[in-house]
Amino acid sequence: MLGQKRIQEIADGILARSIADQTEVVVLVTDGYLTRFANSTIHQNVAEANAEVRIRTVIGQRVGVATTNNLDAEALAGTLENALAITRLQPENPDFRSLPGPEPIPTVMAFSEATANCTPEQRARGAGNICRMAREAGAVASGALNTAVLEVAVANSLGISTYSAITYADINTVIMSDSSAGYASSLALDVHELDFEAIGREALDKCLRSRNPRTFDPGEYTVILEPHAAQDFLQMMAWTGFGAVAMQEGRSFMAGKIGQQIVDPRVSIWDDGLSSDTVPWPFDLEGVPKQRVELITNGVARGVVYDSYRAAKEEGKKSTGHALPTLNAFGPFPLNLFFSPGDATVQEMIASTKRGLYVTRFHYTRPVEPTKVVITGMTRDGTFLIENGEIAYPVKNLRFTQSYLEALNHVEMIGQETHLLMGVTYQARDRVPALKLGKFTFTGVTEF
Amino acid sequence: MKTLTDRALNLAQVQGATYADMRIVQRLTRNIHVKNGVVEGLTDSESQGFGVRVVVDGAWGFASSARVEPIEVDRVTALAVQIARASALFKTHDVQLGPPVAHVGTYRTPVRIDPWDVPLEQKVDLLLQADKGLRATPGVRVASSSLGFWREHKIFANTEGAFLDQEIVESGGGIEATAVDRATGEVQKRSYPNSFARDQRHEGWEAILAMDLPGNALRVGEEAVALLRADRCPSGVTTLILGATQLALQVHESCGHPIELDRVFGTEASYAGTSFLTPEKYGHFRYGSTVVNLTADSTIPGGLGTFGWDDEGVPAQRVPIVRAGTFCGYLSSRETVQQLREVIGDAAPERSGGAMRADGWNRIPIVRMTNVNLEPGEWEFDDLIADTDEGIYMELNKSWSIDDKRLNFQFGTEIAYEIKNGKMGRMLKNATYTGITPQFWAGCDAICNDKYWQVWGTPNCGKGQPSQVAHTGHGTAPARFRNVQVGVMR
Repeated sequence: MLGQKRIQEIADGILARSIADQTEVVVLVTDGYLTRFANSTIHQNVAEANAEVRIRTVIGQRVGVATTNNLDAEALAGTLENALAITRLQPENPDFRSLPGPEPIPTVMAFSEATANCTPEQRARGAGNICRMAREAGAVASGALNTAVLEVAVANSLGISTYSAITYADINTVIMSDSSAGYASSLALDVHELDFEAIGREALDKCLRSRNPRTFDPGEYTVILEPHAAQDFLQMMAWTGFGAVAMQEGRSFMAGKIGQQIVDPRVSIWDDGLSSDTVPWPFDLEGVPKQRVELITNGVARGVVYDSYRAAKEEGKKSTGHALPTLNAFGPFPLNLFFSPGDATVQEMIASTKRGLYVTRFHYTRPVEPTKVVITGMTRDGTFLIENGEIAYPVKNLRFTQSYLEALNHVEMIGQETHLLMGVTYQARDRVPALKLGKFTFTGVTEF
Repeated sequence: MKTLTDRALNLAQVQGATYADMRIVQRLTRNIHVKNGVVEGLTDSESQGFGVRVVVDGAWGFASSARVEPIEVDRVTALAVQIARASALFKTHDVQLGPPVAHVGTYRTPVRIDPWDVPLEQKVDLLLQADKGLRATPGVRVASSSLGFWREHKIFANTEGAFLDQEIVESGGGIEATAVDRATGEVQKRSYPNSFARDQRHEGWEAILAMDLPGNALRVGEEAVALLRADRCPSGVTTLILGATQLALQVHESCGHPIELDRVFGTEASYAGTSFLTPEKYGHFRYGSTVVNLTADSTIPGGLGTFGWDDEGVPAQRVPIVRAGTFCGYLSSRETVQQLREVIGDAAPERSGGAMRADGWNRIPIVRMTNVNLEPGEWEFDDLIADTDEGIYMELNKSWSIDDKRLNFQFGTEIAYEIKNGKMGRMLKNATYTGITPQFWAGCDAICNDKYWQVWGTPNCGKGQPSQVAHTGHGTAPARFRNVQVGVMR
């Protein structure tokens, strides 16, 4: 860790030296450790210490960015000069208004000393426990245990000066037999909240129950999606439509539909980076406080997330505190999504299903038709046929090609428990329940 | 730099390492993005640091830091040793690296025009010209164009005597038009020269000039708008001809990934997955038809997988992967090739195929694609179309998905054309096709000749935990596949 004082000195030094009309300094510090295991042994065990300084300068309506991870005074001065040079050399951007000004930043509890001080030996023991369980059962474990401290600071010449340090720890494992696999994962702010025994047991149980899967014909079925699979709905909807850029360009599935019923009334989705039910982060990468944004409420499209640049393109809009690193082409992004819980248990979902498929998680999902959120992907690590209210037998993995919007119009049950899961984009964390959906289309089958 | 590498390697050995290597890497990038006439992004980035990888008590440890200075080298080296000792607590076997690697030398990407010597104004002007062309057709809602440049300097040294100094230069660019039908909300897009932002090469500014982005912009915009009015790709089993860009991704996903030997041995099982190309298939499995020849070649000019030595210090080389349809080679590292020898004995190569690549100083090298190529065939493109009674031609990827053993795949392309009686016909939109890898390649009966063959860059290949992005190359020419399921989407 660099610490707030040192980071503040870096930012203040750059702001004092800059001759731009406006200047922003973002400092991202990573102390990350990852223990990776496969074939029931640790094969990769790594540590990383990095600090990146991003300088955005504004002259008139010209904007340029330069970054470095060299914290020498000379290198930082050189990076500022570089930002100024590329700012001067480009044409005016008529869409640019201003860097954001200061607002009160909420306090969030996001730091665990236990995670920050976790040792290589502690991580090896956590991973080793899962490997041992797998070996004893004649199976093979693989996975990764990650602990990290992130420091983020944003300062600009309009008066923003923010700092936050957060920790998180996550574990995922796939336990495999000759013919099957099972998956489990967990994410927490405090590494002591990760229950390695429970994670290992869950994956091993799934692995043992999914041995010798049978081929099952693709078609339209009722599905029960574990939270890992259901999370893909949030991720794909975020990619295809929850950000202001896709909305403004008419590419979002929400475009032209604000205020309209687009999915089942039991579905509400929001983003809340301040909630204690996620790994919170009090401000975005422009130093704007995070706001809770209602994206879909009771099935009705409500809105999308903004950063300052995209907000300035619409009359009366303000940033919602969802900026990613500046001037990225993708724009603002929701990193703390929530899917509203229901009142069902997974057992009740299974018991109420005459014939359907139980899916542990999806693999390699990609948008096929983004405006309809048509997604294709595979099932993975535990797929089962349900018959007459019971798990009948494991089936070989299937490919689906399905509009997620359409599927969310056939919600039958929503799980009462939600799970906090790691996303794939900029360390997104989503809280999501299991789902039972009446119609879901599988279009192919694979050989395992 | 040698003082720092000597310091780390000596300290590692003093602290008990039986093997150690160190990489010191500096990476400079410049990215420019123009959207609808406005420069939306112009970013220069610099990242530097070092990583120390050690084997202690038969197990791996790795630590890295951005602070390239002696005291930090000492701390990070000691941390790598500590981490390796922790790994050894649960090891099931000792790391075996095979014969030592002790090359010494330098390598530089051959560049005719250094992209850092080209004025920024010239780069921005080129993108603004292209942007204007993209937006010349009414109906284009979003015009997007970008350039990206990369210069990586890296030093590699190991305890076996290797000391290597390399500089890699990349230049990439691309344009994209998005058309939106305001009445229906339908969206279509066209890109050039490759989808998802750009094509990229180990070349200088000359690569950008050769693309002629402004000269292709009008056509790209027109095609995006025309797609809104095109018919949907029909469903059925038919003959498929793939353009070179789509075929590059097909090779990447259905050949490149399953031949990664770390996947084969399960070390990517929990994340990217494993592989159907298990060791017992080596040397005799029928991967494709007899016209299918694939190689992994890190020596070809311009490819994103071209270098002097990999990140274990193993020299660049050409490795046969599929010969006349038969699977015969893997992408390998020093450790995985020794594991392969334990399984199949002397049939396996003695040494690494040189495919260990790390995404910068703070990542450990893992087995990655170099340039995985479908070797050219003998056909002229016009003859291939004329020889096809009925089928569909598809080009430029729009979506891609494949299972975790790399068997069941589904791809979508930006554009397609119907082929009837040996002629290209109507334009088709929302084209998709699906298959099972060896069945698909068994249906390959014609590949165009070297006149149509080009190495395409894939600068966004994700793998590993923590996540790493590799830049890979794929040489392809258009090819024909029989009995393919097309039109999967509902």
